[in-house]
Formats: sequence, structure tokens, C-alpha cells
Amino acid sequence: MARVEFINANLAIAEGVMAAGLRFFAGYPITPTSDLFEYLAVELPKRGGVVIQFEDEIASINAVIGASWGGAPAMTATSGPGFSLMLEGLSFAIMTETPLLLAYIMRADPSTGVPTKSTQADVFQARYGAHGNYEIPALVPWSAQEAYELGAKALWVAERLRVPTILLSDATLAHTFERVEFVPVRRAERKKPRVPPEEYRPYEPEDDLVPPMASFGEGYNVMVESLTHDERGYYAPTNEAHRRLIWRLVEKVRRNWRLIHDTKTYYMDDAEVAIYAYGSTARAAYAAVKELRREGLKVGLVRPTALWPFIDEDLKRAVGGARRVFVVENNIGLMYKEVARALRDKEVVSAPLIDLELPTPDQIIEVVKEWRR
Amino acid sequence: MEAVRRLRKHPLDGLLRPERLPHLWCPGCGLGIALGAILRAVKRRIEEGYLQREKTAFIGGIGCSARASLYVDFDSAHTVHGRAIPFATGLKAVRPDMKVIVIGGDGDIAGIGGNHLMHAARRNIDLLVIMMNNMVYAMTGGQLAPTTPTGLYTTTTPYGNPERPINVVKLVATMGANYVARAAVTHPPLIERYVYKALGKKGFAFIEVISTCPEVFGRHIGMRDAVDLLNALRERVVVKQRPHIDESYYEWEGGKFVLGEYVDKDDPSYLERIGVIKG
Repeated sequence: MARVEFINANLAIAEGVMAAGLRFFAGYPITPTSDLFEYLAVELPKRGGVVIQFEDEIASINAVIGASWGGAPAMTATSGPGFSLMLEGLSFAIMTETPLLLAYIMRADPSTGVPTKSTQADVFQARYGAHGNYEIPALVPWSAQEAYELGAKALWVAERLRVPTILLSDATLAHTFERVEFVPVRRAERKKPRVPPEEYRPYEPEDDLVPPMASFGEGYNVMVESLTHDERGYYAPTNEAHRRLIWRLVEKVRRNWRLIHDTKTYYMDDAEVAIYAYGSTARAAYAAVKELRREGLKVGLVRPTALWPFIDEDLKRAVGGARRVFVVENNIGLMYKEVARALRDKEVVSAPLIDLELPTPDQIIEVVKEWRR
Repeated sequence: MEAVRRLRKHPLDGLLRPERLPHLWCPGCGLGIALGAILRAVKRRIEEGYLQREKTAFIGGIGCSARASLYVDFDSAHTVHGRAIPFATGLKAVRPDMKVIVIGGDGDIAGIGGNHLMHAARRNIDLLVIMMNNMVYAMTGGQLAPTTPTGLYTTTTPYGNPERPINVVKLVATMGANYVARAAVTHPPLIERYVYKALGKKGFAFIEVISTCPEVFGRHIGMRDAVDLLNALRERVVVKQRPHIDESYYEWEGGKFVLGEYVDKDDPSYLERIGVIKG
């Protein structure tokens, strides 16, 4: 049997990414993320990896990008203010198709807010925070166990699709200690070139739209180019080259969504009412669903394990025949906009429950019952 | 005809990406002189077997100087403005067998990237950083740089620069780098000599190359002619064997640019300290 520990979600992420083959971590201290950093500082060097504390988050993400081009599965971790500083680097990683994992541990709301507590305010920051047209994956765990599993999976997705990938957790999960079983995970591996250096083009995709990636130091004379580039990596400021590149960067993530998504459903077989919830809030929603079921209501839970890319067909399948959908989230009603757009034929109700701890099951039950009248 | 055919091939073509040329540097720019000298030093190190070409990388940020990394036929990166040093640090940390060279301008390295420069020198991370200093933001059209001498006119200081220029040589020396030198495009052999030497150093090595930008630096101070500007710099340049660090400050009016090797020592490097490479 796999090792079992009683740890919080931050440490579970650290264990998950190490199991998947992490070799480099760069970061800057920030609440509620630092224990993840500290844990890796102890553990990763023992496994042959390198951990460096940088002068700021800007340096951290750019160092992760450099390490990734050096061939190492690499990550950083931060929270809202630090993520804001990383956005230019994130945009660079998108354009240059650099695999990296960014563990984004949300805390409460604009500016310094409440650093030790959480809401789910940054779901769109995770999607579109950086400049430019793009699509990147964001996975969202609801428990320490899932933080371990999705941490490993997010690193795998980053390498498999050559795309910066976000693991979107929050302060509530960061402070939640639970039983975590270190189940086997897939090793994060990128596609390597199958042609000799003179024939290799670093941005030429295969059928899955993902280009094989040569690392530095392998004799391929790789060009990491942040300008709009052709398949060789040479500047190509034409509409044709630009459209081709931008649409491929977007479609590579959308078309491969099955590698990213695994939407979970609970009590949905005969559900007339669905609750859509994600991350820590889904824990409260799950408790509410079980209570409502005890009272005889046909309520179920739909819980995405990835928020982005947003895949309409996946959500429609999960919601099935339910007529009414409550979108319960710890913010001003952000994912509601996407859910309502995707489920135009259903009654979609926003339930924005801002709570520094976690919306309680009672609050959610009250919302559902209120709407029955 | 034979002579023409021979001339078509530059001695450094083998280290460049000819299909990526022409470069974007203006006629009269000093950057080509500097890149030529840098590549001659790299070539010598490769020919001597000290460097392996496939294990040498050039990293640039944004700006005219940073473009150098795109014209050389090595593993290379055109990174975020100011962030070439962090990129290079991450690369070097996981590929300690590689020689990682950062080329950037004064705005890229000492302006927006100044914080990273300072901390990389303090860390004594095993990198070679070459800062081309043309004392102006050239690619964006001639705005003030943190290195612009006091009193000079730029497009954003139309009444003269009220600030003092940053002394990058002294900053990097103070932060503990193993090697700090200043060269200038008026003396290409010095650039080559310092780069050659710095490529053999462990820890953080830094070379400032004073360059000339007639098009947008010279223009606003009445020296648009490339030769006039180069001569004006030559008049202000002094070469010393081991200059004292207090001689490193420069001004344009009545000042001097003291070239030479300011620091040359062998403190333990970052990668030695974390046990990634042996001391």
C-alpha cells in the first residue's frame, strides 16, 4: 500500500509534483503558500532537484522558464499579489510554449486583503490575467488528497501540452490537514524531437498541435522567441503567421481538453436540481447535497476538477437532465457567467457566498430551499 | 569574382544565423563591433576545447543589444524585458554543465532588470553578463536611461537629464561578483580579452561595454555622425591595468570612462555552495 500521511493541501501538492518528477522550484515567500516552498526546500534537493528563493516573483517565474528550457520539470507557487507580478512571465511562457506548473493558492480579495484566509476571487485571474490571446489549463482540487493527485497531473499536463498550467488551490485547503495516500502518479514527460538537429523546427506541431521540444544543451540550437514566430522560431510579423500561431496555441489546449478535464458528479443520476461548485466550496456543497437528499430532494453536485479551458459539452454531459443549476462559489459570482452561457436552456442561478472561512452547508441549503418556493 | 565570393563569407558566419540577418542595428551602431569581439573570444574558447558549442547558450532580454542572442547560432532565448538574468539562473541551475551568457543593454540589465542584476551578483551565480551601455533607450527611440550622463538631452529629458547615471560597475562589484570589467567599442581587443577571461571564471562575471548609438543618443547631443560620436567617446576613454573601483563613475561633460578589470577574484560560486558543481 502507498504511504499515507496526515498533511495539508500545500504539502500534498509538493508530494504530488515530486512524485511526478519535479526537478526545479523557484519562489518568493507569500502567505498562504510558503509552507509548500519550505517543504520543497527540504525535500527536493534530496531527490536531486534545485530550490532557489529569488528576489521577487518576477525573477521566480522567469527562472522557472529558464529551468524548463534546461529540460527540468519546473514550478513556482504564489498567491494573488505574487501572481500579478508573474503575469508578464506567464505570457512569455504561453508564447514560447514553455511547460511549467504554477501553484496558485488563492487568498482573500484585492490588494493585501486577508492573506491568511480565502475566497475564490481569482478564477478569472487564472484564466485571463496575462496579456494577449491565449488559453491555459487551470486545475482545481477540493481536498488534500486531490491536491496531491492534481498537482502531479498539472505538471504532467504542462509537459505533455507544452503549456504553462495552473493548479488553483486556496488558503482554506492550504490550512486543511487530511489523510493523503501517496498513490502512484504519471511521470511528467515532454515529447522529444524525433529528427536530427538540422531538420528540427522548435515550433512545428504534430497532429495533436503540440511541437516536440528540444531542450538547451542537446545540440539543437534552439531559439526561444517571444516575438510572433514561424515554425523555426524566426520573427514573422504577418497576419498569416500570427493567426496560425495564436489559433494553434489556443486550440492545442481546447482540443486536448480530455487530457485535462475530469468532471465529477455526485447524486446526479436522477437529479432535478444541480449544484455546480469547485474547490473548497464544493466540500460544503457536497455536505449540503447529502443533507438535502436526506430530506428527499433530488439534488446532485457537479464538480469540475479543471475550470479552464471551459468545455461546454463536458458541463452539459455532467448536468444531464437537471432543470435548475445553482452556481455556488466563494466570490461575486464569477463562474456563473460561463455556466449560464453554456446552459442557456436551463435555469441557472448564481449563489455568490463570500466567506473568509468557507460558505457553510447551511447557507447553501438555505439558497436551494429559498428557490423551491 | 573569387574575392567577392570570399568576402561574402564572414569569418564568424559559422557562429551566426545568417538566415536571421540582416540585423536591426542602425548604420554606425557600436553593437556590431562588440558582438564581433565577443564571438571571437567565444570562438577561441571553443577552438581550445574549453567550451563546447552545444553547451553554450546566449540569453537576451528586450532591446537593441539583447537582439544579439537571436543572431548567434547557439541555444538562445529572447526573453522578457529585464528578465534575462533570472532565465539564465534557472537554466544554469539545472544545466550546470552549460556556459550561459547574458547579453543585454543598459536599460534591460541595469534599469528594469537592475534588481535581478544586483541579486545575481550577490548570489555569485555562475553566469557571464555582458551589458552594452549606449547610455540611452535606443530601440524605443532615444529616451532617458538610468545610465544617461547628467545634463544630456534625450527625448524624455528635453531640458537636460537632472539625474546622475548609475555606476553599474561599482554596484556589481559591491554586491560581490567574482569578475567585473569595463570595455568600450573604441577598443575591440579589450572586449575580446575580457570576455575570453570571463568565460573561464566561476561565479558571477560582469562586463560593461560602453557603446555608441549615433542614431538616437548622438542625435540629441549634436553628434549624429557615427565617427564623430566614436571619436568623442575615444577622447573620454582611459585604459588602466587594475583601476580602483572609485574610478568607475563616469560623466559625459569633463568626465572619463575608465576601462579595465576592476574585480578579479575566486570566491565560492552559488553552484559550488549548493553542491551542484565541485569547487
